[in-house]
Amino acid sequence: MVVMLERKFDQQLDDLKTELLAMGGAVEKSVEQALYALVERDDQTVNDVLKGGVEIDEWEIQVEEQTLTLLATHAPVAKDLRLLTTVLKINDDLERINDQSVNIAQRAAVLNKMPLLKPLIDIPGMADIARGMVRDALDAFVRNDVNLARIVGETDEKLDEFRDRIFRELVVFMTDSKDQVDVVDRAIQLILISRHLERIGDHASNIAENVVYAVEGRIVRHRKEKWWME
Amino acid sequence: MSLTPTSVGNEIEIKNAIIEVEQLNLFYADKQALFDINLLIPAKKVTSLIGPSGCGKSTLLRSLNRLNDLVESATISGSVKVGGDNIYDEGCDVIDLRRRVGMVFQKSNPFPKSIYENVAYGLRIAGETSKAVLDSAVERSLKAAALWDEVKDRQHENALGLSGGQQQRLCIARALAVEPEVILMDEPCSALDPIATIRIEETITDLKDDYTIVIVTHNLQQASRISDFTAFFYMGELIEHNDTQTMFTNPAVEKTEDYVTGRFG
Repeated sequence: MVVMLERKFDQQLDDLKTELLAMGGAVEKSVEQALYALVERDDQTVNDVLKGGVEIDEWEIQVEEQTLTLLATHAPVAKDLRLLTTVLKINDDLERINDQSVNIAQRAAVLNKMPLLKPLIDIPGMADIARGMVRDALDAFVRNDVNLARIVGETDEKLDEFRDRIFRELVVFMTDSKDQVDVVDRAIQLILISRHLERIGDHASNIAENVVYAVEGRIVRHRKEKWWME
Repeated sequence: MSLTPTSVGNEIEIKNAIIEVEQLNLFYADKQALFDINLLIPAKKVTSLIGPSGCGKSTLLRSLNRLNDLVESATISGSVKVGGDNIYDEGCDVIDLRRRVGMVFQKSNPFPKSIYENVAYGLRIAGETSKAVLDSAVERSLKAAALWDEVKDRQHENALGLSGGQQQRLCIARALAVEPEVILMDEPCSALDPIATIRIEETITDLKDDYTIVIVTHNLQQASRISDFTAFFYMGELIEHNDTQTMFTNPAVEKTEDYVTGRFG
């Protein structure tokens, strides 16, 4: 009869996951705040995002050190190894999502000094999708839910379509502006914000791919076919 | 091409098998130690046998060159083929079998003789008397066991003066001298310090160019480092036989996963 042992290592793995998820929560909030700063033209929130960004950078290093310590001291294999390598990668993606949200906040600071080019409709919609992807990817990780990870992968395509639409619309603005510098400037800032949001979706998608690896041991990155349809 | 069927249906393709274990059951008196083992060991590869104490891995290892013959109460059914010949056939020459399938034990066991005589011993008892042949075999074997540079100037000193790690490499050289096809190793590093262990592991890695190696180890990191294939045993059954990378990153059977991650055993 197999007698299962209680391992202190399991507690350490749980603690690490909790830490990563807490950091993930902070990153999600940062994306939300960056959009608030843009939509509400609120410079105070811009500062909050920048300040929070520095804290998240430090958090990333802490999670990495915690993970490396467990790798070095336990030499894990099988699903433990997959979990820890996945944590390292998710940690990296979260930090880069945070960078994108800092970029959005910085562009919001520029835009806040100028009149509104047009009512913001598509960008907040795109931001909702991107944030939802981050949340779902982290939920998929914590619940070992490959189906939810698939949904994240699939949603990334919608985000790309959104970005293309915004791009086309703003190009029309720029063309119609007859080279008015301030219109072009604002349009470019908004195009770049849509690009930042699209990158956030890409990172969420990376997290989803890594969840598949952690759970099933399959590497689904860089596939020509759509892995979420498998 | 052939497949290794296992008791839970996990199958791996093994090409160029030198050892074929088929439906092997082994009893010590009325206690069954191995249950319907089917296992193919590929030539010129390292295969690790892992599992908790009492799982049958050493028993299986000792079945591969009929060392279990020395246990009076041991009886077997099924077959073990080495190079296509069933070693449990009545006509099998056990002395020749043990030349073809050599063994290195947990604790190094050099004879209380010189380094040279330890290595030359197998050839001498096989009737070899030519000094030139013996010299050449001793040098070749000590080199293959990565011991030559350390002992070439003191080959005629007593082997018991060597360090534990050197003694174990001497035992490997002794096994190599008779030009076996397969070398069985039963926890060859368990009594050695980490540096000596690394030397043996490097030696094993070098040897697989010319020999088939089957190693029993409790050191899972060692199995993951040195072996091409790994077989996991539990309570006398073969649970999973897979390529080593898969065994240690994504095993097919949950029980294997629980064992390699230290959840039982």
